[in-house]
Amino acid sequence: MTKRILTGNESAAWGARLARAQVVAAYPITPQSPVVETLSSWVESGEMPAEFIAVESEHSAMSVCIGASTAGARAFTATSSNGLAYMTEQIWWAAGARLPIVMCVANRSLAAPWNVLNDQQDSMSVRDAGWVQLHCRDNQEILDTVVQAYWVAERTNLPVMVCYDGFLLSHTAMPVDVPDAAAVDAFLPPRPAPLQVIAPDDPRNIGPVVIADPRRDADGVLRGGYMELRAAHHEALLAAADVVQEAAEAWGRAIGRRTGGLLVEHRLEDAEIVLVAAGSLVTQLTLVADTLRSDGVAAGVLGIRCYRPFPAEAVRERLSDARAALVFDKALSYGYAGPIATDLKAALHGAAGSPAVYGAVCGLGGRDVTPEALADEVRRALIDARAGVVDRATAWVGRLQEGVR
Amino acid sequence: MDAFDLIAMSRPARGEAGRTGDWRNERPVMDAGACVAARQGRTTCQICWAHCPDACIAQGAPPEIDLEFCKGCGICAEVCPSHAIEMVPEAQHGVCETAGGEKR
Repeated sequence: MTKRILTGNESAAWGARLARAQVVAAYPITPQSPVVETLSSWVESGEMPAEFIAVESEHSAMSVCIGASTAGARAFTATSSNGLAYMTEQIWWAAGARLPIVMCVANRSLAAPWNVLNDQQDSMSVRDAGWVQLHCRDNQEILDTVVQAYWVAERTNLPVMVCYDGFLLSHTAMPVDVPDAAAVDAFLPPRPAPLQVIAPDDPRNIGPVVIADPRRDADGVLRGGYMELRAAHHEALLAAADVVQEAAEAWGRAIGRRTGGLLVEHRLEDAEIVLVAAGSLVTQLTLVADTLRSDGVAAGVLGIRCYRPFPAEAVRERLSDARAALVFDKALSYGYAGPIATDLKAALHGAAGSPAVYGAVCGLGGRDVTPEALADEVRRALIDARAGVVDRATAWVGRLQEGVR
Repeated sequence: MDAFDLIAMSRPARGEAGRTGDWRNERPVMDAGACVAARQGRTTCQICWAHCPDACIAQGAPPEIDLEFCKGCGICAEVCPSHAIEMVPEAQHGVCETAGGEKR
């Protein structure tokens, strides 16, 4: 174990290196670029025995990863914002072809208008594509999560997105324990044989047209149609929740540091109001909760680390005694509400004694999120909760109020 | 679980959707006297087989072209190193003999 001062992007690169990624393909985009710049220099110097494939767009970056992963290699890429949007078609392909690709997303707002700073709109916009989506709080978690992501991906045959806040983490340095390569090798053995083994004596067409109805293949075996494949994918994703937890436990045994799992919990016992978020905001909210506690407000924090599959059951269990949950989203499903707030409401719907769920949007396009503004929002929510308000419009934290109704 | 039930995969087979019958514009006609494999009397070359996008060429000396699935793209004629395959306008043939020998 070596302690290094690493940015979030360097931590992500270390994760890919320790996981012995064999193929790296990426196109530079702010704030992700330093991830692959670091990997590229390691490949060039021979420190990392991998193929680095420079491509002309994010769509091609994911295409290369799909090809490499189909051939059995451990593939890695990283992206942000509009690059992720540009890659979207291939994002669906990677998931539907059940390829264990790991991709880092340094979360950034989506244009228009152009803005390079952080929110989580990019990864939230592809939450339904069938990837496992893990959100990191700090740089240590980024490194550990990238390695664990391969462990999860290769057991579930699902691609995994490792998300962390652009600039807030991607460009911020902090001390990170870099585990020894041998310890990581013991945790993460070489990739098992892929589902779609490519063998010249058994040629296969991968990803052919699949019609809606089940039908017999050329050998007379009844095969499912499109619905059956999608159902299998959905079930794999639901089952991945257990695998994410197992990965954290196995990592703890192998490396001696417990990182990962589905949720982050902070002072949930006897919490009247629970603050919910994903990413670096979770760390900030723990400080806000501590301050509120010292002011006599019983606040706790529930961090969503695994956003897809959504840990509905675990969330229900953790929130059963709270009066209210206040979700801070750094993204919006425009025309409705924040994505995490919506999912949380759905998870709690119909559960006996479930708390009121309020949504708040903050930090869009890198807008400062101050502890004071968060605490004020919590106090407002608590007043509503105590008054029995069950539903209310999404609040905007830190939005210009002057002249705005 | 069978990998074929988890991801969409198929093994090469004659596809119903690829049945072209006689709607080609041009038909590949093989001159066995020029075909490398036929001249050597054994399965060599096979470049046309490797390049056919519809897998309707069977390996052999000479390779056999299944006209029921050939859509007349002309790639086999283009890649043949000895120019043994000529693309002939379908109209010159008038009828297409299907696999079962039935005339259309």
